[in-house]
Amino acid sequence: MSIPVYDVLIVGGGGAGLRAAIAVAQADPTQRVAVVSKVYPMRSHTVSAEGGAAGVIKDNDSAEDHCNDTIGGGDWLADQDAVEAFVEEAPKELIQLEHWGCPWNREADGSVAVRPFGGMKIQRTWFASDKTGFHMLHTLFQTSQQFDPVTRYDEHFVFDLLVHDGRCQGVACIELKTGEVRIIAGRSVILCTGGGGRIFPFTTNAAIKTGDGMGLAYRAGVGLKDMEFVQYHPTGLPGTGILITEAARGEGGILLNKDGRRYLQDHDLGSPLEVSDPRHPQLKSMELGPRDRLSQAFYWEREAGNVFTSDDGDYVHLDVTHLGEKKINKRIPFVRDTALKYVGVDCVKEPIPVRPVVHYMMGGVDTDIDAATSLPGLYAAGECACVSINGANRLGSNSLTELLVFGKRAGMGAAAFAKANPEVAVDALAAQVGDKAARLKSLYSEGREGEASIASIRRTLTSAMETGAGIYRDQARLDALCETLREIKARIKDLRITDRSKTFNTQLVQALELEFMVDAAEAVAFSASARKESRGAHQRLDFKERDDGAFLKHSVAFKSDGDPRIDYKDVSITKWPPAERVYGK
Amino acid sequence: MASSATKIEGKTVTLEIFRYQPDDETEPRYDTFEVPYREDWVVLDAINWIKDEVDGSLSYRWSCRMGVCGSCGMMVNGEPKLTCAVFLRDYYPKPMRIEPLEHFPVTRDLVINMDDFMGKMEKLQTWIVPKEPRTIEEGEYRQTPRQLADYKQYTMCINCMLCYSACPVYGLDSSFLGPAALTLGRRYSLDSRDGAKDERAELIQSDEGVWSCTFVGECSRVCPKNVDPAGAIQAGKVEGTVDMMKSMLMPWGRK
Repeated sequence: MSIPVYDVLIVGGGGAGLRAAIAVAQADPTQRVAVVSKVYPMRSHTVSAEGGAAGVIKDNDSAEDHCNDTIGGGDWLADQDAVEAFVEEAPKELIQLEHWGCPWNREADGSVAVRPFGGMKIQRTWFASDKTGFHMLHTLFQTSQQFDPVTRYDEHFVFDLLVHDGRCQGVACIELKTGEVRIIAGRSVILCTGGGGRIFPFTTNAAIKTGDGMGLAYRAGVGLKDMEFVQYHPTGLPGTGILITEAARGEGGILLNKDGRRYLQDHDLGSPLEVSDPRHPQLKSMELGPRDRLSQAFYWEREAGNVFTSDDGDYVHLDVTHLGEKKINKRIPFVRDTALKYVGVDCVKEPIPVRPVVHYMMGGVDTDIDAATSLPGLYAAGECACVSINGANRLGSNSLTELLVFGKRAGMGAAAFAKANPEVAVDALAAQVGDKAARLKSLYSEGREGEASIASIRRTLTSAMETGAGIYRDQARLDALCETLREIKARIKDLRITDRSKTFNTQLVQALELEFMVDAAEAVAFSASARKESRGAHQRLDFKERDDGAFLKHSVAFKSDGDPRIDYKDVSITKWPPAERVYGK
Repeated sequence: MASSATKIEGKTVTLEIFRYQPDDETEPRYDTFEVPYREDWVVLDAINWIKDEVDGSLSYRWSCRMGVCGSCGMMVNGEPKLTCAVFLRDYYPKPMRIEPLEHFPVTRDLVINMDDFMGKMEKLQTWIVPKEPRTIEEGEYRQTPRQLADYKQYTMCINCMLCYSACPVYGLDSSFLGPAALTLGRRYSLDSRDGAKDERAELIQSDEGVWSCTFVGECSRVCPKNVDPAGAIQAGKVEGTVDMMKSMLMPWGRK
């Protein structure tokens, strides 16, 4: 088998992966870069992000304010040195995207426009109508095509990281078109595979978001950090879980319970202004509170019987009718389109039914501020990583910027590592893959007459996650979840595979994805069980208060033969000592 | 041949699905599946149901299920559609025939090979070649809302390939650059920040470019994002003609 060797090998071709690839190609055109993705890059989930990307650009704004909002929004679990670097580099990266052609919305004078977003005290969210992620991804992808050192391996599914001599030196993957197992070597490797929202039954996340990179790192002995923090976005469509962007509230949309009351005022999020008041919407207040608090408010409204019920689950109303057709069409056209298509509601005329839906994982592969993991040669960026700038709850519009800032940092770090470590043990890598390749080959040729279908295990997994690790958690439910996951780990060895074709075998891919999902789910469940406090998106009914004495710490989950081991590490505090989170005052 | 072993309660609908496995089959076939009918299901939901409950070997692409990633284009009753954006209720109670997008080589079942398109984007330089290079410190380029509007519609292409599947010219001759690639080329040429319009024009005005188009307009009809590639191609022809006339009538003038 001939093994191609790259300086930097990137797994995943979404926003972070492409930004990393361009960073390497621009910094040193002699270095060769591979982008290995299980889909064509423009299919990556960055494409679905809607609202915008945060970066300080206007005169009324400051880095201090952006840091403040981000750190408080993350309930003081973010690493403050990382947040400071992020805030400092954010506008530069957004301008870079502008230079590459991103169609940002503009002010009349031609400067970029910004919009309000939840948890942000000042308007600083750059946007391309309400398809910001789509435009960023296509801009990055189209821009990346001009760089000759970048080689793409589209539709290659990475199933293993190859570690030799204490260094990550490549990956093993399946070329979907042919079913061939390939080894691709890299002097350094960057994981940019996105999150794993698909471990929950009701999610905004695309089908491809199965936690692959988290599982790859975890199996290679790298810790998964802060995995218990899973963000519910307050406004998904019932049934499908399709996202209605926070920009709908940024533009002035309001949330109403079944009695037509703006219920957020009853959950310590401030008092409402009339929608006709020019000061509406108020920043960091009511509908522009942070996502964790809004989703938690829904939970209590439901407990109180104040929500609508339907076959597709309970919901409340998101009302944007007062914005008028013109503004809706200009600023949030995709919201109108989506609601009309998937729930048959024209939001110009009536409110949209919405409910909280799993949206984002704050946790991920443990990295430092330069995107490096504890395994030499392995880097991670984007949602699959946890630096952490998001702490216990991410603010809307920070993640698109994070892709750029830390994608670039990962690219630079990986390029430097490759230069300093030119040797690659190609033969040793090939020897490692032998057994696994043989196992996959036998699956192709013989299938597996297992008891358990992929769909049934996936259903068991996702429904256990919802029950055990949803918006509110307690020990009994977490214990039950952990037990279910132990059972699933036993059953998954007996997965039924009926597709024996080597060509584009998506059933085999689903089986491998399911194994990654179980890794990610286990890290979430056991980390949540160990964190006996409430902070940000991790809320426990049996430990209702934040406990800085015991838990102002990152959790780090390590894979072991049985249950994962949960360690802790300190949070970096530079200028913002922990305080009370206050919204609406 | 494959039919559902799962007992379905309530209304059902029939899907005939194109199957082709190059490993061990020489001829494609159609399999018929009975699936639950639900008012709120898109066609993709029905296909996912088949894969989960009846035949795990069915191969197709999908991801975002909200009409933006561009993965799940297929022929539905002979029309190219994003299967996450058309509903069973649009066809019920008639049976639906699901096939891979036309005019592309079939990799397997409903999966087509779209490498050709990827190469065409690159040929057309679908990226900004700065007219006046600028450093990050100099900040953003100024671009008024009107200048943005000049090209914005053409940025909305999700590369779903429906337009190629509908294009009779591409069906006959795949060297034609085709609707989406030409539209993306035009998108950059219309951008106030770009300076490579003339370079792109050579290819756009070549035999592979706009002049192959016979203006059938099918591409714009099937586009799920209202990008109007036919409009972009016609505008490209007009521009080419004006440039040619100018160079004939005013050979001393600027192209």
